[in-house]
Amino acid sequence: MDLYDIIFYLFALLTLVSAYFVVTNKNIVHSAFFLLFTLFGIAGLYVLLGADFLAVVQIMVYVGGILILLLFGVMITNKITNVSIKTGTIHIIPAAIVIGLFAGALASIMVKTQWQTESAKIPFTTSYALGKSLITEYVLIFEILGILLLIALIGAASIARREEKE
Amino acid sequence: MLQVGLEHFLFVSAILFSLGIYGIVTRKNAVMVLMGVELVLNAANINFVAFSKFGNFGINGQVIALFVIVLAAAEAAIALAIVLNVYKTFVNINVDEINKLRD
Repeated sequence: MDLYDIIFYLFALLTLVSAYFVVTNKNIVHSAFFLLFTLFGIAGLYVLLGADFLAVVQIMVYVGGILILLLFGVMITNKITNVSIKTGTIHIIPAAIVIGLFAGALASIMVKTQWQTESAKIPFTTSYALGKSLITEYVLIFEILGILLLIALIGAASIARREEKE
Repeated sequence: MLQVGLEHFLFVSAILFSLGIYGIVTRKNAVMVLMGVELVLNAANINFVAFSKFGNFGINGQVIALFVIVLAAAEAAIALAIVLNVYKTFVNINVDEINKLRD
């Protein structure tokens, strides 16, 4: 048990505990802040897996973009002044039983399977290799994703302000 | 067992996936359902990166994880726009009370 393992257990604990609070906390804003810790923990796991560029992208896109977007959604769609920011839950007990069984099955499959591991040839800094494969091997997906982001931008803007046209 | 290997990352990802599904099925608020979807996508991403490190796949898993992050960003933007529209129409965004497709 060396330093790598200790750091892994710390990040895994941070991720799972705050993910648990994300899905169980009654207050939506608290859930959003716990989601922040979950995303940081996942970025730490990426670093431990040797994906440094991906960890930075995770923090920039998720924490800087998606989480802020979700918080905007929470604040616009809740009456802040009336303190109705709490949210209810439905079907807790059947959901907990079914998801618990599912999680146990999935986790035991993941742990019991004899994975054939092999030391990969991942370079020490991944941004060079990532950029190279983005513009050679995956260039079609890269371009399609660019168009998809443009469509998503236009679509989100036009959906969100459809009412003003009428 | 204490030596961290592929199984540990897969275990974390399995639990994260289950928590995300639990959030999706139990939460009423549509924004909370979106947070559950983000957890599920992140669990899948951890699997991609872990197999990219421990299998002989080179950098490919990380490229796919990058694509998943881009898709998650687009999905969050579109879903938030739909949620705002639903809020304008129904005044609340509880997914169990919204059961009409027209005004």
